[in-house]
Amino acid sequence: MKRHGFIQDVIKYRAILLMLLPAVLFFLLFAYIPMAGIIIAFKHYDYAGGIFGSAWNGLDNFRFFFESGDAWRITRNTALYNIAFIVVNNVLQIFTAILLFEVGGKWFRKIAQSILFLPYFISWVVVGAIAYNLLSFDIGTVNSLLRNIGMEPIDIYNTPAYWPIILVLVAAWKTLGYGTIMYLAAITSIDTEMYEAAEIDGANIFQRIFKVTIPNLYPTVIILVLLAVGNIFKGDFGMFYNMVGNNGVLFSSTDVIDTFVFRSLITSNDIGMSAAAGVYQSVLGFTTIMLFNYAVRKYDKDRALF
Amino acid sequence: MSVSDANIGSNKSLKSGQLDRQLLAIIGYTSLTVLSVLCILPFILIVSSSLTEESTIVREGYQFFPTAFSVEPYKILFKYPEQMIRAYGVTISVTVIGTAIGLFLTAMTAYCLSRKDFKWRNFFSFFFFFTTLFSGGLVPWYLLIVNYLHMKDTGLALIVPLLLNVFYIIVMKSFMSNIPEAIVESAKIDGAGDFLIFMRLILPLSKPALATIGLFLALGYWNDWYNALLFVADDKLMPLQYYLYKMLGNMDGMRKAMMGSGAVVTTSLPSEGLKMAMTVVASGPILLAYPFIQKYFVKGLTIGAVKG
Repeated sequence: MKRHGFIQDVIKYRAILLMLLPAVLFFLLFAYIPMAGIIIAFKHYDYAGGIFGSAWNGLDNFRFFFESGDAWRITRNTALYNIAFIVVNNVLQIFTAILLFEVGGKWFRKIAQSILFLPYFISWVVVGAIAYNLLSFDIGTVNSLLRNIGMEPIDIYNTPAYWPIILVLVAAWKTLGYGTIMYLAAITSIDTEMYEAAEIDGANIFQRIFKVTIPNLYPTVIILVLLAVGNIFKGDFGMFYNMVGNNGVLFSSTDVIDTFVFRSLITSNDIGMSAAAGVYQSVLGFTTIMLFNYAVRKYDKDRALF
Repeated sequence: MSVSDANIGSNKSLKSGQLDRQLLAIIGYTSLTVLSVLCILPFILIVSSSLTEESTIVREGYQFFPTAFSVEPYKILFKYPEQMIRAYGVTISVTVIGTAIGLFLTAMTAYCLSRKDFKWRNFFSFFFFFTTLFSGGLVPWYLLIVNYLHMKDTGLALIVPLLLNVFYIIVMKSFMSNIPEAIVESAKIDGAGDFLIFMRLILPLSKPALATIGLFLALGYWNDWYNALLFVADDKLMPLQYYLYKMLGNMDGMRKAMMGSGAVVTTSLPSEGLKMAMTVVASGPILLAYPFIQKYFVKGLTIGAVKG
């Protein structure tokens, strides 16, 4: 009887199911089948054998990955960079959005908004070129300025210590406009009656910002942070690769899981270890988002992702 | 243009103490001006560098204003433009085809998930959403595309991986969920099928969402170099950003490419200026189009933020 109902439903929804088919096939092929490909991490991959023909080698790839000494470094870098990005980007975006909302005539706002959004539209390749323009030892603008005021130039591309700051600044620069618009949209949808009430109670403009605007942004902040936390073990490959490339001198402070996996796959062709590192990343990411979602659910059921 | 000017304006008409407003205005104008300058300076730097004589760059470094003006890099770039034109061609084709197909599929999928009478919508929503929570990683994905689907060095490798994105489907779905159900029902009574309803009713009503997601997709394709890095070895298939990436990495490759197109290139190629000219040429179109598309972008993001 139940089976009969199922077939009837298939017939009833045949058009919708047909319309869903391309997307279902797409995600089966490019997301679910690669999940099964995780078995590569437990194999000694050789091209002749392919995924299924290669010999098993148990946990050797993982052992090799963890014993290489890279595992801790790339995990720490990935997580710390993402935490810094989440904090710096959101604070700066909220700050900018509030100012854009409170200050300026139409004309000023329009121009500021357009300019702030500009960096979002260029590729990481171009950002890499700009960074080189500014930071290169011989002809970079920063060092030209330092020389002009009589200071020693800095060899930035050979000094790992500078890179956390540089990368955090670049990430803030690139995403400022995008995030600002998100928060500006959220601010605009705050009920104006709240502002009027605050006004009547004699709040000055700063009290209004801290007592009305910012508390009203919490739901947006939680959603955006929750989404970002789910990606805390994912490095933005485009960013790191174009800013740093294969400059091994900087790896101590710039290597993230994604660049490591890419290098092991393409440059050193170590498929087994690369796959193992990828599985490690996926499991870490999955666990983190589950824990955070659980925590948010406990705190406020409606705010959780699922 | 900016997010609801009317609303922002009404707040300013409220009167209160003057001192705090002036203080905020000072902080606001100063910060926003400084941030805007920081956002635009790098662009001025690359344009200026591309217009500066090579010897000056080598001697004094990149500068914000060209002291020794020269259009030599552009002349060289446009003298033997074959490779560049080809890269432009690849990028434009990939962007147009990818955006058109991707947008259609995103909308169609989102529509199915937005239909409240569709019994299995939660199942399918989770089917898509789960792929953002867990993945097999780069290696199986790469091997699938190269060894099993044989997409290496084909245009498909540049188009297919970026076609569908769960986040875009969700944004589109939340937009479509707000279209009144009565519209679908009345069309059904008139005898229209699901696909016809989607094409004739839902698509025209979803223009703002389509514009936003279309722009996201187009931007993704235009700026993509990652898929080319992974899957393209053939110079004929090099998209613009990847070509720029390679040029920035080694001028020898650039020289070779130019010689391949019959150019006699001496060693005095203005490599620094040329890199910057190429950077300008590769990002020019998207930045020129930007003022025109920005308004849709802002509108669509607003929708995403409020309803997503």
